[in-house]
Amino acid sequence: MLAEIGQISLIVALLIAVLQSVMPMLGAQKNDPRLMAIGDRAATAQFLCVATAFACLTAVFVGSDFSVKLAAQHSHSQKPLLYKFSGVWGNHEGSMLLWVLILSVYGALVPMFGKNLPTTLKARALSVQGMISVGFLAFILFTSNPFLRLNPVPLDGQGLNPILQDPGLAFHPPLLYLGYVGFSMAFSFSVAALIEGRVDAVWARWLRPWVLLAWSFLTAGITLGSVWAYYELGWGGWWMWDPVENVSFLPWLVGTALLHSILVLGKRHSMANWTVLLGITAFSLSLIGTFVVRSGVLTSVHSFAVDPARGVFILILLALATGGALTLYAVRSHTLRTGPSFGLVSKEGGLVLNNILLIVATTTVFLGTFYPLLVEAFSDSKISVGAPYFDQTFAPIMLLLIGFMGIGPLLSWRTDSIIAHKKHFVFACVLMVIITSLTFFFGKSILGALSIALAAYLAFGTLVAFGRKLKFGQVSLAQSMKLLRHQSGSAFGFFFAHMGMAIAMVGITAMSVWGAENAGVLKIGESLKVASYEYKLETIDAGRRDNFEYLQAGVAVSKDGELLSTLTTERRFYPIRNMVTSEAGIRVRQSANLYVGIGEGNQNDGWIIRAYYHPYVCWIWIGALFMAFAGFISLADSRLRFTVREPAPATAIPSAAE
Amino acid sequence: MKIIHAIFILFSLLVSGSALAQSSTEAELEARAREVGQSLRCVVCQNQSIEESDAVLAEDMRRLVRKRLEAGDSNADVINFMQDRYGDFVLLKPPVQTNTYLLWFGPFILLFGMLFWFVRKTRKRSETSPVIPPLDDEEKQRLERLLGDEQ
Repeated sequence: MLAEIGQISLIVALLIAVLQSVMPMLGAQKNDPRLMAIGDRAATAQFLCVATAFACLTAVFVGSDFSVKLAAQHSHSQKPLLYKFSGVWGNHEGSMLLWVLILSVYGALVPMFGKNLPTTLKARALSVQGMISVGFLAFILFTSNPFLRLNPVPLDGQGLNPILQDPGLAFHPPLLYLGYVGFSMAFSFSVAALIEGRVDAVWARWLRPWVLLAWSFLTAGITLGSVWAYYELGWGGWWMWDPVENVSFLPWLVGTALLHSILVLGKRHSMANWTVLLGITAFSLSLIGTFVVRSGVLTSVHSFAVDPARGVFILILLALATGGALTLYAVRSHTLRTGPSFGLVSKEGGLVLNNILLIVATTTVFLGTFYPLLVEAFSDSKISVGAPYFDQTFAPIMLLLIGFMGIGPLLSWRTDSIIAHKKHFVFACVLMVIITSLTFFFGKSILGALSIALAAYLAFGTLVAFGRKLKFGQVSLAQSMKLLRHQSGSAFGFFFAHMGMAIAMVGITAMSVWGAENAGVLKIGESLKVASYEYKLETIDAGRRDNFEYLQAGVAVSKDGELLSTLTTERRFYPIRNMVTSEAGIRVRQSANLYVGIGEGNQNDGWIIRAYYHPYVCWIWIGALFMAFAGFISLADSRLRFTVREPAPATAIPSAAE
Repeated sequence: MKIIHAIFILFSLLVSGSALAQSSTEAELEARAREVGQSLRCVVCQNQSIEESDAVLAEDMRRLVRKRLEAGDSNADVINFMQDRYGDFVLLKPPVQTNTYLLWFGPFILLFGMLFWFVRKTRKRSETSPVIPPLDDEEKQRLERLLGDEQ
């Protein structure tokens, strides 16, 4: 019964979405308020229908109703409750439903928060949002229906993929999707603005919180995914340049660019064209990310053909959305007015440079991800693109970006000169020389020392820029403190995001320069040396627990003869799925993680033990979480609340308004 | 800005100049084997280097790398050897050749293209619309005074 209610709700949602995509657009064209008002109601109704469908599917999973094929394939009556919930989106059909649910939530928020929006703009944006829904709902109903029944009904389900039996699944995909789908707002409003031929500061101020929200969720989602892979995959990587990771990184990079350009548009009325293009691109890349992962095209060109219906549907949707929006951009972008000019060296100039570098970085990741596919599709040869490629292309671009991040926020709007910042550069140089020498003295790596110094330079630049907002040193400390309390949310957002970047960079540098690893086949009592640590295999234990067989190793880690910790690592075999997973043994410390994983082996030859020393690896995630947190803080900025009034001409203290 | 440039030039020099000292003590051999191994793909795995993979083939490939290094091959020799044996697919760092020009040079061409476009555009626009000079110190103080009065 539940499955049928869900099914019907989805069909109704599709019909409503069709209505939502046609009526408001028509209404905006004819300037008919009654037709336009349909958009508001349709968005809300669509959300209610999709939410009902999602609730039904959840109830099916939690209630272990194995007459529904999806639950039979991906759930099990003996599974912990958390995994019954998260199992809903731990499969293709369910995750697509989650996607559409989030899309409809964003859609329903437009009428709630957009009461003051120009009616035609809102109607058109809702219509575009409706079109996206139509595509996805049709995709679900026609190729990936989660509510199909099964006959005969099996006694129990097949259980969730063991890798996914982790709290990570409960949070990683929803956060990621909140990010991906959040960019649909940027897309819809960009397309609507192109149709209207009007992009202005009001538009930018309305859209910026949504971009911030999406970006912050995406940042948190990617970070969580990285942590999950780190402890679950068992070989100590925090970022593998795996295609699936890369496609989630692409919208993040473009989203970061969008976040900065929309700032310029909101404050200086410049970069309208560019912002609209970024809005379209961010969501298009999200679409590519979702679909390419879902269709399996990335693992191999050939798996695309495994389910041709899905693959072709995906491709058509992608082509329609991206192609349509870009065509519209090509035809209409000249109608958007260009804002006031600015000098090459100015805050706007710095932000353009930020955008250029981020776009180039995106291109690098895009090429690195899809090039092997292209080569394979158009010739007989096969190539691989792995970490060494990204180290040589992506890394230098990001270093360049960080170099500019240290100075960009100090520049003033419109026009500035480098000479005006001579003092800052002198200070920064002295600081960098000190940090470089110190780090080199302790770390014995010139590359690592320079990189840490660059992170320090970024932190210094950020501190100075924030300090100037507080007029630190110019006025009394008490007054600075008073100014601190009056800083806007986006000022704090800037501070935490850029600081987060510096923190993450320390972690990334430390990991790649001072990280150490060793692997060997060990018998009980034998040991491995990693950096100055000794990893000794003490115990091996095998047995059965829950629904898997395990091989467990106890590894004692000591430094200079002093026992630090005994780590437990496991290798699990799930007979139902014929799958092996690993559970790494990790001692987490702010300064360094000690990490050990176990591979195959036997009593006679010993077991493969992989041991790692990961200095400051936690800083990477702490830095990334700082960035996500920064985005949420920015949302608290009262100036972002949308009002119809044009912003009053500069009456605020200039430095606080920046 | 110059300083930053200088640092980046230094950076890139260091990256390209980190040639490996060829010595054959066991620890160094192991370190070299690991470095070579990290640039070779386990050909039956998904996007894993032979150093990271637990697959049987990866194990064989690791052994092969060590054998070649012990026999006195340089890192580049070993990589060439593996490339001859398994094809371009084994290289995690794709070779620079006709079908990878776009991959290697695309991003940098785009970078310079966009920088060129940006510089030209701002130049052109500042010619057509004169840039108002920023406030000097005296003007700034006056502004602060005026704004201070308002509060």
